Formats: sequence, C-alpha cells, structure tokens
Amino acid sequence: MATQNTTDHAGRTDERPFSERLRHFVNGTFVRSLPFWGIPFLLMGSAVYAGIGWNVLISLTDYEGLASASYSHLDFEMYARAFGSSTFWTAAQNTFVLLVAFTVICLVLGLVLAVLLDRNIRYSESIQTIYVLPMALSFVITAQLWLWMYSPDSGLVNLAIKALGFSSIDFLGNPKIALAAVIFALVWQFSGYAMVVYLAGLRSIPTSQFEAGKIDGASTARIYLRVIIPQLRASSVSAAVVLMVFALKAFTFLYSLTGVFRPPNGTDILATLMVRRAFKYTEWAYGAAIATMLLLLALGVIAPYLYYQHKHGSL
Amino acid sequence: MSVSTPTTDDFVDWYTDLTWTRAALYALVLLGVVFFLAPLETGLMTAFKSDAAVIRTLPFLPPFGDGFTLDNAQFAWNHLSGPLLNSLVMSIPATLFTVLFASMAAYGLTMVDWRGQLAVLSLFMVGVFVPYQAVLVPLARFWNNIFPLGKMVAPYVASLPYFTENHAVLVPLIITHVAYGIPIITVLFRSYMQTLPTSLVESAMIDGASVTKIYYRIIVPLCKPMFAVVFIYQFTQIYNEFLFSLTLIGNASSSAATVTLVLPSLGASVSGMDFGVRMAASLLAAIPTLIIYVAFAEQFAKGLATEA
Repeated sequence: MATQNTTDHAGRTDERPFSERLRHFVNGTFVRSLPFWGIPFLLMGSAVYAGIGWNVLISLTDYEGLASASYSHLDFEMYARAFGSSTFWTAAQNTFVLLVAFTVICLVLGLVLAVLLDRNIRYSESIQTIYVLPMALSFVITAQLWLWMYSPDSGLVNLAIKALGFSSIDFLGNPKIALAAVIFALVWQFSGYAMVVYLAGLRSIPTSQFEAGKIDGASTARIYLRVIIPQLRASSVSAAVVLMVFALKAFTFLYSLTGVFRPPNGTDILATLMVRRAFKYTEWAYGAAIATMLLLLALGVIAPYLYYQHKHGSL
Repeated sequence: MSVSTPTTDDFVDWYTDLTWTRAALYALVLLGVVFFLAPLETGLMTAFKSDAAVIRTLPFLPPFGDGFTLDNAQFAWNHLSGPLLNSLVMSIPATLFTVLFASMAAYGLTMVDWRGQLAVLSLFMVGVFVPYQAVLVPLARFWNNIFPLGKMVAPYVASLPYFTENHAVLVPLIITHVAYGIPIITVLFRSYMQTLPTSLVESAMIDGASVTKIYYRIIVPLCKPMFAVVFIYQFTQIYNEFLFSLTLIGNASSSAATVTLVLPSLGASVSGMDFGVRMAASLLAAIPTLIIYVAFAEQFAKGLATEA
C-alpha cells in the first residue's frame, strides 16, 4: 500500500522524506479502516480458510480413531479409496440429482407462484407470508412434519392416495422413491424463497411493457412468456445459487428423518456420508477427503456465479 | 391493497373482478396456500390428539371429545424446556456478536476507500458458500484437542446460577457460529451500505470526523432497517442450526444440548413412531422462530430478497 503514495499522477517519484510518507500511510484509509474489518476478517479467515486448509491436509493422512494425526506420510490414498467405493459414487450421484432436481423444481414453482401473485391478487402480502412460512423452520422440524405427512398408515399424503383408489405407498421406506420424496419435502420448504426473488424481479419491470403488449393484442400468457420472463435472468441466477447452497445443507433434513447417522435407504448424499464416516466410524482422514470433494462441488457452483456478478459489475 | 376497511368501491371492484380467468387464478393461489399450510396444519392438529385419535381420525381434522389431550404438549415441554433455554443462550449472544462484527467489516470494506478491497471482499463472499462439512473435522479437533476452551471456562460457567459444567461447551459453539455467520451478514450489510448516499460520509470527512466517529454517528443510524433484517435472519439461522451442535455437543442427553439436537433423537428413541408427541415437540421447538417470523414478516421477506 505504501507504494501508492510514492508516485503522483504525473508518474514522478515522490521526493517526500520517508517519515512523512510513513505518517501519510498510517493516516491513510487502509490503516484507519483496518480495526473495523481486520478483526472479523481474522476470525472468519481462520475459521473458513485455515479450516479448509487443515481439512485438506488431514485428508492426505491416514488419521483415524482416537490417536493423533501423523503428518509425515501424505498421499492421496483416501481419495483413491473414495473413487473405488460404490457407496461414494451412489452418494455423489444422489447429491447431483438432489442439487439439480431441487433447484429446477423450486425455480419453476417459485416462478409460477410469483406470476400468480403479480396478477393483482387481493391480500397478496399475507399470501406471500404463508408461502414463505416453511423457511422459518429448521430442517429438524420439517423432517418431523414430513415423516407424518408420508406416514404409510394415516399420513395426509397416503390418505389422499388411498382416497383416489390406490394402495398406500411407503415413500421413505422404498429406496427407489425415497430421494424423490425428500426432494418434494425440500421443495415445499424453499420454493417460497424463489417466489420472493422472482416477485421482486417482476415488480421492478415497468408495467408499460405489459400495456404495450396488450395494445399489440398479445394474450397475457404470451406477454409473460415472450416479454416478461426473459428479463428475469438475473433473478433466476441468484435464486438458483442460494437454492443450491440450501440443497448442500440437506444433511440436517436427512439426519433428522431417522435420528441416526444413516439416512433412509436411497437418500445417502456426500454430506451424510462424510459426517457418518468421520463422526460415527472416526475415519477422520476419509471423512476429510469426502468433505474436500463436497467443497469442490460447492465451489464449482459458486465460481461461475461470482464471475457472472463480477462481469456485470455488481460485485 | 384492500387490506384496510372495505368500501363500496372495493366491493364493485371485487364484483367486476370475478371473471372466469380471475376465478381460476384465485383457485390456484388458494391451492398454493393449502399446499404450504397442510403439513403445519396437520402437525398442529395431531399435536393435541390422543394416540387412539391419531390413528382413528383424519390428520387435518381438529381433535374433539376424548380425542383431545394435552399430554403430548406436556411431554414435549418436559423434554424440551431445558434445550429451548440452551438454544436461546447460544443464539442470542451469537447473533449480537455476528451482527456487530459483520457491520464493522462491511463498513471497513464499503464506506472507506482503499486498494485491494475487492480481493478481501471476495474472500468473504466465498465464505458464504462453503459447506460446513468442509471444516468439520478440523473444527472438532480444534475445540477438543488443540484449544479446549470449553474445559477452560467450565469452572466459571458452573459458578453461574442454573448453568452446569456441561454448559461450557456453549462458549466455543457461540464463537463458531459467530465466525461462520460473519460472511453472509457482511455481504448483506455491504449491499445495503452501497445504496446509502456517499455525500454524508464525504462531508463528515471534510469536517474532520474520524473513521470511528463516522461509523457510530452516521453509518449505524442509517443502517437501522438493515440491522432489523440481519438480527431476524441470523437468529433464525443459528437457532435452527444442527450440524455444529451435533459435532461439538455430540450427545443429545447432555444438559447443554440445544433444541435441534434433542428433537431428532426424541423422535427416534423415546417415542418410536408416536406422531402426537413428535408433532407437539416439533411445534414447540418452532415457536421462537415462528413468532419472530410472523411478527416481522416484512423484514424477513426483505432480508431474503436482498440476499439475492
């Protein structure tokens, strides 16, 4: 930062004495703002970045059980073990399916709800509150609510299915449909979020565009599809990123369904696999290796988003 | 909005509004309301039903006659009142410190101009999206082996009224929540501060006000609406969080266990598939965030919208 003051606009070398330059630097905005962002930065930086670095280091060891870690032999054995494990690949596949299906369905449902509420609906403020209500709840709580909804004996979902003349379905007990049932419950909890983001986007579009379309004789549906929705790209991108972050946290929901480290069959994701290997079987290094790959997945989602924001000058 | 008292004009509007498309529109909106409220409504009804009524009656009907019982609520209260208090003891100070630190960081990174700001800011932004699993093993090692703060402060915590030595684990837990809460709240504050007029800060600087003085004389008062948003958001986040409680407290039977840690094990072990008890416990645990949410619905929605 000190070099900032050594040349002026014309590019001439600063000929002020060192002591004056130092005083200028100390009084500069960098140093004076340091106490404000420095402490939070140190706390956050050591928790997040030192934590990640240490985690990667542990993933290269053979650390397990109650002994302490030995950092003398570092190799990629744990990663090789993960790549050779079918459990890992199933969990990776489930993570991917959860991430994509959950995000897409939330966006579509959120967009539909936002368009509905944008059509001058009465009491739209109160209705909006109801749509977002599930977001106030912990995953722990919504897992309990949906266990009851999906209950094969007298849960609401199965009562509806039986009323239509079909036999009841054990949603969470059948490995083939358990993941879909989990995604449905998560969509219930978070599509309200997509709705809020889209509604804010819709309300920022001037109504004159809508009126112009009406004068041209276009139908309401057509105006939405051709004129309004294409303008919601920024809303879609930011909502999608936040929804994917929620999906990466689905661990808590899956854990709470069973109350143990193993989620219902067919719903094991990388997050549950990692916590189970590390904290149930105390295979710290293996857990750390899975966590590193989960982190890479998350960064793969976020890096293009940050780049997009940066390119549009909104960072 | 016709939320205020209806007038004749409102009624005429309402009547002319009733075309078939409008009717279909309202039907869809109502379907949405039913979809989002159904799990909560059946949960609430089930919480007050006896075991027999849970099996015999439709889940969305209210309990009546001898099907009504307060036993579930009583059981839930007996098991969750302590954990509820633990959750509040953890969430309130953690929220206050997160908001304080994050507002300072956002101020230092927004209102004061220096080079390299964007690089530091990017580190905060990436911090928002890091899955907690990626730091979980080191975190557990750090608080258990390297720096056992919980054990260090245990005697002091035990000397306080009500608290036991076990509760000392809440101290490292609070610090953990603060550290991982800072990134998102900093980003929220920064996006708000960017909308503030720079003229106030500039004229204060010309008048010779110090960086510190500008913070608490100008920035904090101007950011009051944002403080409300982040307090609600962050309290909800920390109160609802589960993974840190699981790894740092570990045992759901610990006297320091938080509500989210006790609830899954309460469902799994104590009550089997007894949904009356499960629903009563779930809704009891949801009360603090639901109250805050319904009371501050507007701020909450605003917080969500700015997050994007």
